[in-house]
Amino acid sequence: MIPLSHYLIVAAILFSIAVAGIFINRKNLIVLLMCIELMLLAVNLNFIAFSWYLHDLAGQVFVFFILTVAAAEAAIGLAILVVLFRNRRSINVIDLDDMKG
Amino acid sequence: METVYLIIALAPLVGAIIAGLFGKKIGKTGAHTVTILGVGLSFGLSVWVFVRLVFQGMPTYDGNVYTWMMAGGYSFHIGFLIDHLSALMMLIVTFVSLMVHIYTIGYMAHDEELWPSDSQVRSTAYQRFFSYIALFTFSMLMLVMSNNLLQLFFGWEAVGLVSYLLIGFYMNKESAIYANLKAFIVNRVGDFGFLLGIAALFAYTGSLNYEEIFSQTGKLATATVMLIPGQEWSLPSVVAILLFIGAMGKSAQVPLHVWLPDSMEGPTPISALIHAATMVTAGIFMVTRMSPIYELSTTALSLMLIIGSIGAFFMGLIGVVQNDIKRVIAFSTLSQLGYMTAALGASAYAAGMFHLMTHAFFKALLFLAAGSVIMAMHHEQDIRKMGGLRKYMPITYVTALIGSLALIGFPGTSGFFSKDSIIEAVELSHIPGAHFAAALLILGVFVTALYTFRLFFLVFHGRERMDAHTRAHLHEPPWVVTLPLTLLALATIGAGGVMYPLLFGDFFRSIYVAPDHNVLAELHHHFHGALAFLIDGFLAPPFWLSMAGVLVAWDVTLYRSKLGIHVHSRLGWVRTILQNGYGFDAFNDYVFARGARGLGRLLWKAGDALLIDGLIVNGTARVIGWTADRLRWIQTGYVYHYSFAMIIGLLVLLSWYVLR
Repeated sequence: MIPLSHYLIVAAILFSIAVAGIFINRKNLIVLLMCIELMLLAVNLNFIAFSWYLHDLAGQVFVFFILTVAAAEAAIGLAILVVLFRNRRSINVIDLDDMKG
Repeated sequence: METVYLIIALAPLVGAIIAGLFGKKIGKTGAHTVTILGVGLSFGLSVWVFVRLVFQGMPTYDGNVYTWMMAGGYSFHIGFLIDHLSALMMLIVTFVSLMVHIYTIGYMAHDEELWPSDSQVRSTAYQRFFSYIALFTFSMLMLVMSNNLLQLFFGWEAVGLVSYLLIGFYMNKESAIYANLKAFIVNRVGDFGFLLGIAALFAYTGSLNYEEIFSQTGKLATATVMLIPGQEWSLPSVVAILLFIGAMGKSAQVPLHVWLPDSMEGPTPISALIHAATMVTAGIFMVTRMSPIYELSTTALSLMLIIGSIGAFFMGLIGVVQNDIKRVIAFSTLSQLGYMTAALGASAYAAGMFHLMTHAFFKALLFLAAGSVIMAMHHEQDIRKMGGLRKYMPITYVTALIGSLALIGFPGTSGFFSKDSIIEAVELSHIPGAHFAAALLILGVFVTALYTFRLFFLVFHGRERMDAHTRAHLHEPPWVVTLPLTLLALATIGAGGVMYPLLFGDFFRSIYVAPDHNVLAELHHHFHGALAFLIDGFLAPPFWLSMAGVLVAWDVTLYRSKLGIHVHSRLGWVRTILQNGYGFDAFNDYVFARGARGLGRLLWKAGDALLIDGLIVNGTARVIGWTADRLRWIQTGYVYHYSFAMIIGLLVLLSWYVLR
């Protein structure tokens, strides 16, 4: 029997990797999207772990919702990415500083 | 009687309004007709009031006709106090004003020629002028008929306003605008003191009505006021001196006299009416009116004696070196106002009022005669370019001679009676400074004769120094000019002998003189009828001094002995000082005008530009800009920075939530 804490640790590690990915990555916007997916997966993992631990199916239902949203988000994100690339000929994170004050 | 007084005051106002607002419609003739009718009506009724009051024993009228304002338990009224004093003033004002009105028809007849052809006010200047002088008559009547200080102040300011408008009548002339601003500003200085004096009286007595103020003199006499902490001053002195500062401005006493010579920029009729006969005597009248207050303060009396006598002597001296016909008479006015003020200082209020009256006649006469000369000379005012006018203008010559003789106090003329009584009153006075004042006043007689007859000889006698064109056109002016001259000359001769006995009795009942100041009563002891006084006049030093003055004037202008040349070469520096008017103008320009400009500049630069604009308005914007400039460094535009901030924020919030 694997205890709950292991799941939570794995999820935390995944989440941290995703955050680190967002911070460290200066190159590719796609990596950013992937990091966000990874975060969502970490959250999903938490949901499932708690659902199992608490014997409550609501957690798993939530996971389905999140997967759906994540898929939609990935689709929209990639679409934006394509448009962005068309306009700027680059998807380098370091180039995207239009918000600079 | 109330109605009569109202008509006296308002008739000129109606004339002024019609001539001023409908001047274009009624034309020149309409304008002078309506204003002369108004002033004539006032004059007629004033004579009637005077006769009833003085000869038929009508009681003094003192009543309010209109409540102007009620505030905090105090009420302010428009009211009339018609006693001998105001009746006399009404008579003088309306008479001289009527004469000037008639005279103006002739003087201003060709006024358009003095305006540029494209001037917009050119066509109605004539009507405007009549409107102003009628308005002046109204204001002056309100001033003298008032029964309270507020209405007096209203009239005081209104005559000041009309004076301002008339000095700047030729508004296209820069010097006229300078002169009227100067008159206005200098008078503000005096008015400031005057207003403070009124306020002080109001604060202590709770009323502005003369009657109510004077009924409290007993209480006022011992009152003190602390203007500077630790310094107790007698209230009557403070009030009297403050009021006198107002009189100094209006009646052109040293050092607030600087506006009067410049006021000659206005047309000559108003120099006669406003700046010689009536308005400038408002200060004298006011002090006389307030005599119960002045009698409480020897300090104020002493101050008036000294300032008056300084003006009488030193301003007369300046007249000797002037070459503009009107400026000579203007300095003479300053000198004569000094005599009146000195009389007030010696508590000889009646003598001051008497001189006010005779001066109004003979000085108006002299100014109008000067105006007649100026007309004949085609607006040339330099007496060095005149001469020998006697044979061209006989009426002007004779009337000017009468005026000049009255001015120097030749025995028999009105000026003799009034001036001699002033000099004798000051000699008898025991108020500190009286000896000094008497000496100056007696010396002033010589100076008066010198400048008067220098002017007279230069204009009417000697070589004809004008150019041929002017000489060809020299002629006596029309009857509208000579009639006022003649009437004023008659008044000048007659007023003295007729009115002289009134000086002593209780003619001016409203004047209060403290028993130990009463020099006129003392003078009365020596008085044995006008004739005896007249004969004494020929033997007294003032007569010989004035004759000496005439002789010196004759010597330097006509006979031209070496004396004049000697004096001229030896005392050139005196001449320079006199021509600069003792440097009053220069001093005012340097200290006050420049000081005020400097202060304004400082306030503008330091206060407005630096503090308000720089620090407060732009400073706020700059601080915000600076802060924003620092803050924008946070906005890098990189996604990972924003997410980092979000994560950190989340962490902080969570740890605060968990660890709390």
